[in-house]
Amino acid sequence: MGVEGIGARVARKEDKRFLTGKGRYTDDMVVPGMKFAYFVRSPHAHARITGIDASAAKAMPGVIDVLDGKQLQADGIGNLICGWMIHSKDGSPMKMGAWRPLAVDTVRYVGDAVAIVVADSAAEARDASEAVVVDYEELPVVTTSLAALEAGAPQIHPEAPGNLIFDWQIGDPAATDKAISEAAHVTEIEILNNRLSPNPMEPRATLGIYDSAEDHFTCYTTSQNPHVARLVMSAFYNVAPENKLRVIAPDVGGGFGSKIYIYPEEIVCLWASKKTSVPVKWTSDRTEAFLTDAHGRDHVSKVKMAFDKDHRIIGLKVDTIANLGAYMSLFSSAVPTYLYATLLSGQYAIPAIHANVRTVYTNTVPVDAYRGAGRPEATYLLERTMEVAARELGVSPAELRRKNFIRSFPYQTPVIMNYDAGDYEASLNAAMEAADWNGFPARRAEAERRGKKRGIGMSCYIEACGIAPSQAVGSLGAGVGLWESAEVRVNAVGTIEVLTGSHSHGQGHETTFAQLVADRLGVPIASVNIVHGDTDKVQMGMGTYGSRSGAVGMSAIVKALDKVEMKAKKIAAHLMEADESDIVIENGELKVAGTDKTLPWFQVALAAYTAHNLPAGMEPGLKESAFYDPSNFTFPAGCYIAEVEIDPETGKTDIIQFVAADDFGNIINPLIVEGQVHGGLAQGIGQALLEEVRYDEATGQILTASYMDYAMPRADDLPSFTLSHQNTPCPGNPLGIKGCGEAGAIGSPPALINAITDAIGHDRLTMPATPLKVWTALQDAPTRLAAE
Amino acid sequence: MYDTSYHRASSVDEAVNLRSSHDEGRYLSGGMTLIATMKQRLAAPSDLIDLRHIPALKGISVEGRRVRIGAATSHAEVAASSALRAVCPAISDLASMIGDPHVRHMGTIGGSVANDDPAADYPAAVLGLGATVITDRREIAADDFFTGMFETALDEGEMITAIAFDAPDKAGYAKFRNPASRYAITGVFVAKTGSGVRVAVTGAGSNGVFRHAGMEAALSTSWVPESVASVSVDASALMSDLHATAEYRANLVRVMAKRAVASAG
Ligand SMILES: Cc1cc2nc3c(=O)[nH]c(=O)nc-3n(C[C@H](O)[C@H](O)[C@H](O)COP(=O)(O)OP(=O)(O)OC[C@H]3O[C@@H](n4cnc5c(N)ncnc54)[C@H](O)[C@@H]3O)c2cc1C
Repeated sequence: MGVEGIGARVARKEDKRFLTGKGRYTDDMVVPGMKFAYFVRSPHAHARITGIDASAAKAMPGVIDVLDGKQLQADGIGNLICGWMIHSKDGSPMKMGAWRPLAVDTVRYVGDAVAIVVADSAAEARDASEAVVVDYEELPVVTTSLAALEAGAPQIHPEAPGNLIFDWQIGDPAATDKAISEAAHVTEIEILNNRLSPNPMEPRATLGIYDSAEDHFTCYTTSQNPHVARLVMSAFYNVAPENKLRVIAPDVGGGFGSKIYIYPEEIVCLWASKKTSVPVKWTSDRTEAFLTDAHGRDHVSKVKMAFDKDHRIIGLKVDTIANLGAYMSLFSSAVPTYLYATLLSGQYAIPAIHANVRTVYTNTVPVDAYRGAGRPEATYLLERTMEVAARELGVSPAELRRKNFIRSFPYQTPVIMNYDAGDYEASLNAAMEAADWNGFPARRAEAERRGKKRGIGMSCYIEACGIAPSQAVGSLGAGVGLWESAEVRVNAVGTIEVLTGSHSHGQGHETTFAQLVADRLGVPIASVNIVHGDTDKVQMGMGTYGSRSGAVGMSAIVKALDKVEMKAKKIAAHLMEADESDIVIENGELKVAGTDKTLPWFQVALAAYTAHNLPAGMEPGLKESAFYDPSNFTFPAGCYIAEVEIDPETGKTDIIQFVAADDFGNIINPLIVEGQVHGGLAQGIGQALLEEVRYDEATGQILTASYMDYAMPRADDLPSFTLSHQNTPCPGNPLGIKGCGEAGAIGSPPALINAITDAIGHDRLTMPATPLKVWTALQDAPTRLAAE
Repeated sequence: MYDTSYHRASSVDEAVNLRSSHDEGRYLSGGMTLIATMKQRLAAPSDLIDLRHIPALKGISVEGRRVRIGAATSHAEVAASSALRAVCPAISDLASMIGDPHVRHMGTIGGSVANDDPAADYPAAVLGLGATVITDRREIAADDFFTGMFETALDEGEMITAIAFDAPDKAGYAKFRNPASRYAITGVFVAKTGSGVRVAVTGAGSNGVFRHAGMEAALSTSWVPESVASVSVDASALMSDLHATAEYRANLVRVMAKRAVASAG
């Protein structure tokens, strides 16, 4: 429908609040008697705690109390857990080491929380934290996954001998080995996927409030999924039963995955609030964010891709080691397994795939999902391999991909996924045309005359969104179901509240969800409010990650709207003495088709609540709820092309153009979708060119704990993007939506590295392609095998 | 940040007196380095003596070829000064390359020169122009001023009041930015002055800003970009860090010198 419905470029309703400083974030919350926390953190990457003396700190001005891990343990607060069980190929369960919210005997990374200081002000808490004397006995340190697996490496958790958490596989090893042995050509490559820090604009924060009269806790927190937080804190951490714990995630300033997980700070502040009888607030500073927010990626992989004599892929073998850091974060085990290896077929028909994944502990920040979560790692691996293969085979990278595309759907891959719909060639063609792919040689020659090196590269990505159906994820080890819920409440005069289990932290739900309602009921979006983020207001829901709010969250709203619509039609039919099946909803009115009889929407709502004249036996009110569990993942896909120009004197890469051709299925609000793509591309370009968390291997100190050394992309690092959409509606959900939140971050890194390696003439380059690395690579002779 | 006391001085004398009566006190200019360091709890001055409201420290004067820039003059003012641009556009260009707009409107030349960050831009200009650092008690030649990383010839409590120099015949600055901080990984300031050619390198030296004799000789012979392109740069005296190896920096010194000469015309 019209200007505000599905497909309309509506400006975001929530932006007025955000842009005028009127957002309400966790740190903005003030409650009577509130005090402030500062965490004493380990300065060592690995050490035994031999003593904690807080007596001097407790005597300092404003200090209310200093609490440590022994007290926490004595009060029965549980350890943090990973909620997705993975079994090794020998059948044994993953080896999860204990993660205590406050370390008791051992610290395992720099930043590991050891004690909490509660004081009248944040400054006093911090002052006092410096007076807490912790005696450490330093232990040897290991920071990289390869070193952690070596014989004699420092042992990080007693539960995981040799630091190996699991050794898992997927696919058919025998068939894959056979394909490789019979291949006409095998491309072999080693792939590194760099470790990233998520850097949401709003750092994490929490406010724990204990009400002794009701024995009730309230937790304000920067969460992407407040209900999951409550569930986990109740069921596993023994903070409080669910009916005694309210979790509120108000405005949240970005998450990118890092705010899915339950961290020590929420649990400790809730417990500390009870211990000290005051509300306790903690807000991370930027340094703490670098030290404690779950990192992303950090894979090392070996790849073999086998081709027959016609350049068809006949097998793919992958051996990956994923660094999970010092502890297993909430979904850490799922990321390098079911969110990664299940996407290794990419857009290609590959008859045999085998992937082996080992995950390891190191003395680094825990690693978990970060925008894309597993799928960027799969895409980077596959699309780099395809590019190298095309170079080795001396064929066009576009033609090699085209030849191997999956063309009929549904398509069952050898790695679980069943692709429902897609048209990969449409995106490839659209991207090549938008990028003027065929005109590249002339542009390269022109750049050459100016002493610059041009390169062009593409990436054909596929990803999986929704992370559902629940039964399927349950059978793969997930501790939760991944459905979504909605309640549509029509008020007595027709305005509408939608209570959703999704959580918006930048995605624009308040606008898109309202557009859906506007489309269905013909009411203006101004009369629709989206309510989310509070376990006391909203029914149980699963939150927002994995680009699931459109495909899963909105589908739940559709189901609830179906019920509302049905009841409204019944009432209207009754009032207008017409047949229910003749009622249509148009422009805010319920009409009897083919007549001039109409009732405005608000009158039907009012009739539902006055209940003076309802059909016999009908309950008063107009409010319906629904739970939606999808039948499959959704599969957004597309083709990205990057064209770069390198200054050979400095190694600096400029992005000349970046083309993104995406198939997200149906689109509710193109403006918001484009914004999501822009943001995703910025993060993907950040990974490809700029960002990397680095550790000192000897000490485990993080070397990139500020923006002085961790390079975030800035506006002038990015080109203006050229976007287009190819739309094959998703058959699996009522709106035909696939999801768009992560694609940009998933598809862009390989396009850039393919372009840069095209420019420099060889493939010995790892992300991030900093000027130093590119310049160094340019000092190497171009020893590419292929005739170019 | 630890507790500190703030003083707003209205004259140089008042500021120097305040500073001498507080052993653990520090001058505060733009605060772009000092406040950030205090927030990180890496510095804990008992007292801050704010210099930004002292009229004598502010403003740019150009008399003939003689230039004087007050210590509390912001980078933005230096970048925007048409009087300065008319005689020495290189220093205005350099100021426009520092940080971001916020930093340029707060940060000052005096603060930057006193701080002598090895990756800061101004030290290259001050040394490259052969400028004079004027303090509350004396005048110090640039060649004697920068003594190492974050180290200068300033005595305890000594205050920079201005930077003065004769406008060069030609000058240029080229900077290669650190992708994260945008400070100089390598910055080269070249100047052709009445008393000869000067080439100053910042961001690269393991002992802070330095002059490059080989390049100065080459450019004295022939002031064209190609002159410096083949001059050898000793990597062993350069820094290696996360962002750049010494070899890479040695290359950048040559490339930036070449571009600085080209920009000088
Ligand atoms: C995000 C960011 C990016 C930046 N990027 C760059 C960059 O690209 N290039 C660059 O060169 N710099 C950069 N800077 C630093 C900036 O230029 C600062 O302005 C400068 O380093 C310090 O100047 P200030 O006036 O802020 O001094 P302050 O921070 O106030 O003081 C610095 C030090 O100098 C002392 N001091 C100040 N004034 C005097 C004086 N008159 N006499 C004696 N001592 C004095 C202070 O006591 C203190 O020790 C950046 C800073 C930030 C925050």
